[in-house]
Amino acid sequence: MPVSTKYELKLGPATREAFGKALVELGHKNPDVVVCDADLSKSTYTAFFAKEFPARFIQCGIAEANMVAIGSGLSAAGKIAFVSSFSAFVINKGFEQLRVTAAYPNVNLKVVGTHSGISIGEDGPSQMSIEDMSLACNLPGFTVLAPCDEVSMKAVIHVAGEHFGPVFVRAGRVKAATVYTPGTEFPIGGSHELLSGTDVAILANGLLVAEAIRAAETLDAEGISARVIDIYSVKPIDRAAIERASKECGAIVVAEEHLKDTGIGTRVAQVAAETHPCLMEFVGVDNTYAESGTPEAVIEKYGLLAKDIVIAVKKVLARKR
Amino acid sequence: MNSMTKTSNPAELADISKRVRRHIIEMITAAKSGHPGGSLSATEIVVSLFFDIMKHDPANPKWSDRDRFILGKGHACPVLYSVMAECGYTPIDQLNTFRSLGSIYQGHPDVRFIPALEASTGSLGEGLSVGLGMALAAKMNGSPARTFVMIGDGESQEGQIWEAAMFGAFHKVDNIVCIVDFNKIQLDGFVRDILSLDPLIDKWKSFGWHVIDINGHDIAAVQKAFHEAENTKGIPTCIIANTIKGKGVSFMENNPKWHGTAPSKEECELALKELV
Repeated sequence: MPVSTKYELKLGPATREAFGKALVELGHKNPDVVVCDADLSKSTYTAFFAKEFPARFIQCGIAEANMVAIGSGLSAAGKIAFVSSFSAFVINKGFEQLRVTAAYPNVNLKVVGTHSGISIGEDGPSQMSIEDMSLACNLPGFTVLAPCDEVSMKAVIHVAGEHFGPVFVRAGRVKAATVYTPGTEFPIGGSHELLSGTDVAILANGLLVAEAIRAAETLDAEGISARVIDIYSVKPIDRAAIERASKECGAIVVAEEHLKDTGIGTRVAQVAAETHPCLMEFVGVDNTYAESGTPEAVIEKYGLLAKDIVIAVKKVLARKR
Repeated sequence: MNSMTKTSNPAELADISKRVRRHIIEMITAAKSGHPGGSLSATEIVVSLFFDIMKHDPANPKWSDRDRFILGKGHACPVLYSVMAECGYTPIDQLNTFRSLGSIYQGHPDVRFIPALEASTGSLGEGLSVGLGMALAAKMNGSPARTFVMIGDGESQEGQIWEAAMFGAFHKVDNIVCIVDFNKIQLDGFVRDILSLDPLIDKWKSFGWHVIDINGHDIAAVQKAFHEAENTKGIPTCIIANTIKGKGVSFMENNPKWHGTAPSKEECELALKELV
């Protein structure tokens, strides 16, 4: 009997746009919130904040390393600085500054990388961030969050603003399927079980959450019961949910819009290995840079659709039997 | 810890500088590693800042309107540690634990061990940007606090310094002072032979900063420069402090060897004889 899921997955605003709106809400809530951008405010949607609070918006120009350290200085002096750019730029060009000026001294800096993953599409690999979750996890003390839709992004931005310590939030360019209803909470270190299931657990975040739900529906029609978990908190990660999924399902598939060798899959595998090992498969960008194309075409070519998750599930279940 | 006594008297500041130089030599000798040359070149400037120019309170290190100092060239931390200890922020009698496990006097400044430090530095090129962020925060808060960042001449080869320079002038961050400890020597040799900064004064001027060119060991000139910076509105100030690497110890002066070499016990004794 197919489960009738409650998920229509209706397209909503991109998570970057939700971030821009949430920043304005946070700005009204807390006068200490200030925002820095590196000439991409119309794309990251920090322009919303700039318009509402011009005196609290700092245009840094195309100089991401400087921007990150400026943000650290602002936060070290008591502000709550959000620095934002394309994820590929703020994380890669700003990594050394994130390490020395934010992570190492545990500064209350918030970093939001938009246009993450390969679904940015036409702009191509120089603008695609396929290593940001891994790099952010390599910063001791950083909290790393990867929400999937408007509701979760808005919640996560408020959570980031209220948490003391450095935080990285991953946002996407394309319109995001609606998964959550307003009011859902997204605590640091949490996860959400979106569909229950017992044969396999699919753990995903960001864009791949909707694909995981679609995959579970396909599998359900074939008599395979798939649990779907949104593992939006990359670091710290919900160890209990992973252990439970491993014990109760005996097989895990992790799906992410990131290099699969270094992404959340490796973190889930580590937790499973430490708690209750099980068979696993991974869906992600496979040791390559992608290419230009429409987001849909790029995602399909590089294997990040529901059908790719279904294949991985069948592979892991074949090993299980 | 005693509360500190500040002074504007150049002779008294010179006396403190001599004590600080002795601490520098002793702590690096005890650690058997560290960077004496760039600590000795910066001494009069750091002493003048903490004992005369800056508004700060060792009894209340997190006072929100305090002036802030960041040592971008973090490897010169022996001078900063010695001055902060002389101010009463940290124990003088532990200076010789420098660089040993568990010491608050870490190999490079580390706010986890000394919360009164404004920034953890050591990876060159980042302190000026952090200082600009702090200066902007003070402006937003309507605070009179000033921010002072000392960078090295070798450090000025980092591209981020020039991103920060562009930013500071464009955003009119006139409550920051960048001090270049222009001692002309870096680890591998003389700056002019490694990657010349010339013309350094013109570079800072063309980036839109008010530039003051001084002898960084002339305390009266150092004081005058900081007062001139305070009265310069609308643009940030860069003080090019011409200094001598290893200043005060004859055999260390102007010799690249002493960028990052610890003196032996015998060399330490020779040095201390000169610092009386």
